[in-house]
Amino acid sequence: MKLIIAGTEKQVENNITISKLIELENVETPQYVTVSVNDEFVSSESFDTQTLNDGDRIEFLYFMGGGQ
Amino acid sequence: MTVTIKKSDYDLILKHSKDNLPEEACGLIAGTISENKKNIEKVYLLENIDHSNEHFTIDLKEHLAALKDARANGLEILGNWHSHPESPSRQSQEDIRLAVDSTASYLILSLENAEKPVLNSFSTIQGESIKENLILLEE
Repeated sequence: MKLIIAGTEKQVENNITISKLIELENVETPQYVTVSVNDEFVSSESFDTQTLNDGDRIEFLYFMGGGQ
Repeated sequence: MTVTIKKSDYDLILKHSKDNLPEEACGLIAGTISENKKNIEKVYLLENIDHSNEHFTIDLKEHLAALKDARANGLEILGNWHSHPESPSRQSQEDIRLAVDSTASYLILSLENAEKPVLNSFSTIQGESIKENLILLEE
């Protein structure tokens, strides 16, 4: 099936989980990454179980914060 | 790494930072990358959802909206910026710990001396803060 990952169409295996996709995409420091699927943010607790569907639009958002 | 920013974008960051005192202000930077140079073409002035003078967190919904806007304009998110109302323009230990994207540039505007704001850009690789060559482009 195809996914739109960070604006780019890619072919992936059917029923891929978000965790597996994070691994495939070599996402740095995944513990600090928020994932959106079709503009909806997904709880990290669901990464291992939530599967993706053909045509889903995925974004990886790095945490942006800090302190002085 | 060299990073360029237009004077008009610097002015936007400065105004937003002053408008949000005493809190830290924050946002994203978007632009293009060519060889060893990042060109900031657009800055996003976003909400610090911590509403604190000591730390900041960018709102996720605004982050996503900015990312999509940047992409629609042929740009990519290059990193973020935030202000230090009461401390120098350098990455704090907290800034370094939370600079989790090694490809990003992190701009810090110090308002410690209100008469002489200081803007610097940093990258963070394996926990080390590296000052980048920030160039202000007069228009």
